Amino acid sequence: MNAALAAGVAAAATCAYARGERIRVRKVDAPGHIRTPHYIRGKIGVIERCVGFFKNPEELAYGRSGEPLRALYRVRFLQSDVWDDYRGGPGDTLDIDLYEHWLEPVTAP
Amino acid sequence: MRAYHDLGGLSAGTVPQEEHELQLWEKRVEALLVLLTRKHILRVDENRRGLESLGGEVYHSLSYAERRILAMSNNLILKGIFSVDELATKLAQIDRRQDPLP
Repeated sequence: MNAALAAGVAAAATCAYARGERIRVRKVDAPGHIRTPHYIRGKIGVIERCVGFFKNPEELAYGRSGEPLRALYRVRFLQSDVWDDYRGGPGDTLDIDLYEHWLEPVTAP
Repeated sequence: MRAYHDLGGLSAGTVPQEEHELQLWEKRVEALLVLLTRKHILRVDENRRGLESLGGEVYHSLSYAERRILAMSNNLILKGIFSVDELATKLAQIDRRQDPLP
């Protein structure tokens, strides 16, 4: 069951990004409770799937409702794009769950 | 600026491979957090925020369970579940016990 249905609250409308779409993680430095790791900010990845809609942990952390729900994505990155000195295989990937408000579209190069 | 708890990608030396058994009080810390969550008193997100508000020096000087119970205590004081004075009085009582872990 979808997390929104389980929680009995209205779901956000839709996932803004589709599978296979290229995104950049916003390079934001802000105080507060942030679940987007520092090392992935500013990196480019590909949407693997939209996981569902969840309360925003950045708000829950301060005792607020966490609504409206935010779309959460599994985003896939090439390890060699994440780490400057990566020495593993060229096709190695890393999946991270990231909220929609941390993603921005990438225009084709 | 990278927050002090956000360690991904930093050098951390070798990973200790030996198993270690949790002590009873450490299990109780986790049980307490589960209880507070189920009773809708505290969210895990709030406790993570508490951990991220301890300051790097305190955070890195404490063990996993120590920093979690400290963050929980701060959060429960903030929410008015108990006062600083009540907590201090109880801690002093426990200090006077013959058997500190009944």
